[in-house]
Amino acid sequence: MNSVKDNKYFDIIIIGAGIVGAMIARILSKYKLNILIIEKEVDICMGASAANSAILHSGCDPKPGSLKAELNVKGNKYWKNIVNELQIPCKETGSFVIAIGEEELETIWHLYKRSIYNKVPKIKILRKDEILYKEPKLNPEVTGALWTPTTAVVDPFEATIAACENAINNGSKLLLSTQFKEFIIEKNKIVGIKTNNGDFYSRWVINSSGIYADEVMHKAGIRSDYKITPRRGEYLVFDESKVKLNTVLYPVPNKEIGKGTLISTTTHGNVMIGPNAEFIEDKASTETTKSGISEILKNAKRLLPSLNEKDVIAQYAGLRATSNLENGDFLIEISEDVQGLVNIGGIESPGFVSAPAIAEMIIELLKQAGEKFEEKENWNPVRKARPCFRKLSHLERAELIKKNPAYGRIVCRCEEVTEGEIVDAIHSPVPALTYDAVKRRTWLGTGRCQGCFDYPRVIEILARELNIAVRDVTKCGNNSNFIFRRTKDVEIIK
Amino acid sequence: MKKIYDVLIIGGGPAGLAAGIEAIKTGAKDILIIERDSVLGGILPQCIHNGFGSVIFKKDYPGPQYAQNFIDEVDKLGIEVLLDTMVLDITPDRRIFATNSIDGYLELEGKSIVLAMGCRERTRSQIRIPGTRAAGIFTAGTVQRFVNIEGYMPGNKFVILGSGDIGMIMARRLKLEGASVEKVIEIMPFLTGLRRNYVQCLQDFGIPLVLQHTIKRIIGKNRVEAVEIIKVDDNFNMINGTEEVIACDSLLLSVGLIPENELSKKASIAIDNITGGPYVDENMETNINGIFAAGNVVNIHDLVDYVTEAGYIAGRNAALHALHHQRRGLNRISIERGKNVNNVVPQFINLDLIEDKSFLLQLRVNKVFDKKVKVEITEDDGTIIATYRENYARPAEMIALKIKGDKLSHVVSKNCYKLKVNVTEI
Repeated sequence: MNSVKDNKYFDIIIIGAGIVGAMIARILSKYKLNILIIEKEVDICMGASAANSAILHSGCDPKPGSLKAELNVKGNKYWKNIVNELQIPCKETGSFVIAIGEEELETIWHLYKRSIYNKVPKIKILRKDEILYKEPKLNPEVTGALWTPTTAVVDPFEATIAACENAINNGSKLLLSTQFKEFIIEKNKIVGIKTNNGDFYSRWVINSSGIYADEVMHKAGIRSDYKITPRRGEYLVFDESKVKLNTVLYPVPNKEIGKGTLISTTTHGNVMIGPNAEFIEDKASTETTKSGISEILKNAKRLLPSLNEKDVIAQYAGLRATSNLENGDFLIEISEDVQGLVNIGGIESPGFVSAPAIAEMIIELLKQAGEKFEEKENWNPVRKARPCFRKLSHLERAELIKKNPAYGRIVCRCEEVTEGEIVDAIHSPVPALTYDAVKRRTWLGTGRCQGCFDYPRVIEILARELNIAVRDVTKCGNNSNFIFRRTKDVEIIK
Repeated sequence: MKKIYDVLIIGGGPAGLAAGIEAIKTGAKDILIIERDSVLGGILPQCIHNGFGSVIFKKDYPGPQYAQNFIDEVDKLGIEVLLDTMVLDITPDRRIFATNSIDGYLELEGKSIVLAMGCRERTRSQIRIPGTRAAGIFTAGTVQRFVNIEGYMPGNKFVILGSGDIGMIMARRLKLEGASVEKVIEIMPFLTGLRRNYVQCLQDFGIPLVLQHTIKRIIGKNRVEAVEIIKVDDNFNMINGTEEVIACDSLLLSVGLIPENELSKKASIAIDNITGGPYVDENMETNINGIFAAGNVVNIHDLVDYVTEAGYIAGRNAALHALHHQRRGLNRISIERGKNVNNVVPQFINLDLIEDKSFLLQLRVNKVFDKKVKVEITEDDGTIIATYRENYARPAEMIALKIKGDKLSHVVSKNCYKLKVNVTEI
C-alpha cells in the first residue's frame, strides 16, 4: 500500500451519496477515520432519496420482527434530534391511517396491534368526529383512524445535503461525478475501487448505491442471485395557496402496493400525493405516466374528495430499490464471501426514516468485525443552516440585506429566493453545480411558475459563479444543457 | 425616496405606466412605480414583433416602441421609478414591503395603490403532461426572453403546444433564428390566438397547425429527445391508437396565462375565480378601499391597447382617491356573465357615481361565432338597456365596449341589483 498517494488512501469508502450514504458518512466522521464518499451524479441525493414521500414514518406498517420495523422506529426517534443538529426543517405533523367503511376499520385494529408490537409510541385509535376535527376536508365517510403522532415530514434534499455537509465539515471527502467501475481485490479482500476519476484504496468499502447496490455486489463476485428491481412511484404536488392539510394521511395498507397512495404536506407547505407502485426494468426511468397520475389522483380523492387536479404545480417519480429477498426486508451486512465490503440493499420505504439507524447498525457491524473506533475530540454535530430569506421577519430581512445586498435581489418571485441564497448554495460544501442543484437547496423554481421567470437569471448566475460558459450550464448534469448557441450564431445547426 | 406616496404602482408594464401617467395628470403629486425587472415596459421589451398600438395610436408598433412612448412620458412627467425592486407584501391598510439590492428592505405607504403585476404563464405541470423532467421544456415567454433579450437559442428543433398568440409568434421568431418548428399542437377544435397571427406566423412560414391534439408524453432523460402527440375527442379524451412520436429537442408551451395575484391575496383582495383576477368596479377599484388594479392582473387581455386603457382608468381613480378621498359608491350593482359569455370586467358598477360618465366593459365569449353577433346588456328582469353589434366573436379576442353612463340612467330609478351581459348570433 505504500506506493499509493496520500489522497488516494482512505480508511473507508462509501459508494453513493443518498440519505443512507450521507448518514453513514456523518456518523463515521465522529471518529478518527479518513472517509471518502463517491457519487456518480453531478449532485448528491439524486436517486431514491430525492424522490420519495419525504415522511419520517412512525413504524406502524412494517412486519414485526423485521429490520424494517426495528430500524424505522429507532430512526424516527433519532431523526428528532438530528433535525435540530443539522438545522433542517421538520414538521411534526403526526399521521392518520384512514379507514373508510367497516371492513377497513378492522385493518386499523390490526395495524394498532402491529404498532404496539413494533413499539411505536403514543398511538391511538380515533373516532370519526375527532379525525374530522383535525382534518375537516377529509372524506366524511371516514369510520376511524389510527393516529400516530410521531410521524413527521422533512425536506429530503436539505436533509441529505445537510448530513453530507456535516460529514465534510468534520473532515470527510466527497467526490461528485465519480462513478464506481470495479473493485480492486487482493486475495479475496477488497482493497480499493476503480472509478472514472482514478483508483482509491481503503480498508472498507460501503456499498450504499441504492438501486444499483446489486450490480456493485456482483462486481465483487458475490450474491449473484440478489437482484434489485426498481419500483416506480409517481407523485403530484399542489399549489400551497389552494390546498391545505395539517397531517399526513395514509389509506389502509394493502399487500400489493404497500402503504398505498398517501397525502402529505411538505415542509414548504405544499400538499403532495403519491405514490403508485409499478415494477419497471429501466433503472433510469423516472418519468411520470398518464395512467400513474390518474391512479394517484383517484386514490387520493378517496381520502380528500376536494382535491382538484387544476391546482397541481409539479409532478415527479422516484424509484424504490425493491430487492428479491424472500422476506422483503432490508439487506444490511458485512459480506461473508469477500472481505472488506459492507452491503446495504433493498432500502425501499421506510428507508429514509431508517437511515440514521442503518448508519448506527453499520458502526456496530464494523465494531464486531474488529474495527476500532476512536472518537475525535473536535467533532461538531451541528451544521449551520444558510439564511432562507422567505422565512425571515421583516426586520431580519432588512438586517440581512444590510450585510449582503445580494439578499435584496429576488430571483425567484414565487418562492422569494434571493441571489444571495443562490450564490451561497453554489459555494456550499456540497456545491450546487446545476440548476436542479440550486433548486433543491433554495427551493427556487418550485412554485406556481415552475422556473419560467428565474431560468434566465439562474443560468446567468451559475455561469458567472462557476466561471463557465452559459451554454455549459445544465439542468442536472450530463447533456441537460439549456442553451445551444447564441442567436445569429448558426454554425452548429445540422 | 419618500415614505408616503399619493399613488404607489406595483408593476411598470403597460398598465402601471398608464396608471402613473394618468394619476399625475389627474393631479396626484407623489407617485412611485415599482418594477421588478431592470427596465420598464413589463413584457413588452421582449415582444419585438409588431401589432401593438392599433387602438390607441392607430399605428402598428413593435412592443418595445409601444412601451417607449409611455416610458418617455413617465420620464418627462417626472414620475419616480424604482427598478429591480420586488414587492413582497401588501397590507389592506396600503403599506407595502419591498426589497432591492441598493435601497435594501423598504416599507412604504400609499394613499392609493394600483396593482399592475400582470400575469404569468401556465406551466407543464398545470396541464399535467406526463413524461420525463428533461431540460428543454420551456414556456413561450421564457424562450422569448432567452432569444430576444439574452440572445441565446435554447433549442434547435421545437414542437409547440398551444396555438395562443405568444406560441405562434415564437414559432415564427424561432424559425427566423434558424431553428426548425415541427408542429404547433392545439387541444381545442379552434385556434386560440388571433387569426392574423395564424396567417403571419404559421401559414407564411409553412409551420403546420394540428387541432384537437395534445402531448401524451415527453421523452428524453437529460434533454428532450421527442414528444408523443395524440388526437383528442370533443371531450378532450385521448384517442388511443392515434399516437405519433415527433423528434425534437425542445417543447415550447403556450397554454394560457394566469393573472399574478399572490400579492393581492396578501392584501385580502377578493379574487374572481373565472378571470383569476380581483373583482373590480368601473373605476378599477378592488374590494379593498383605495387599492385599484388594472391590466392582465385583472383579466387576460389580447391587445395591449386595452391594458393601457384600463391602466388610465385605474390611475385616474387612484389619484382621485388619494386627493379627495373619493367615496365608494353607495349604489353598487353587479354585472354578471350571461348567455355565451365567459367573463366580464368590471364585475361591479357604482350607479350613483356613473352619472354621465362612460365606462369600459370588457368581455370574452365562450365559443366561436363566425357570423355577426349582438352584445346585450339586460337588467335582472330581462329588460334590454343597451345593444351593441360585432362582426364576429371568438374566445381568443376580447370585446371591449365603451358604455355611456346615460344608458344606465333608468336603471338607477328602478330597483335593479344586477345586470347581465349576453352574446347571441343575429
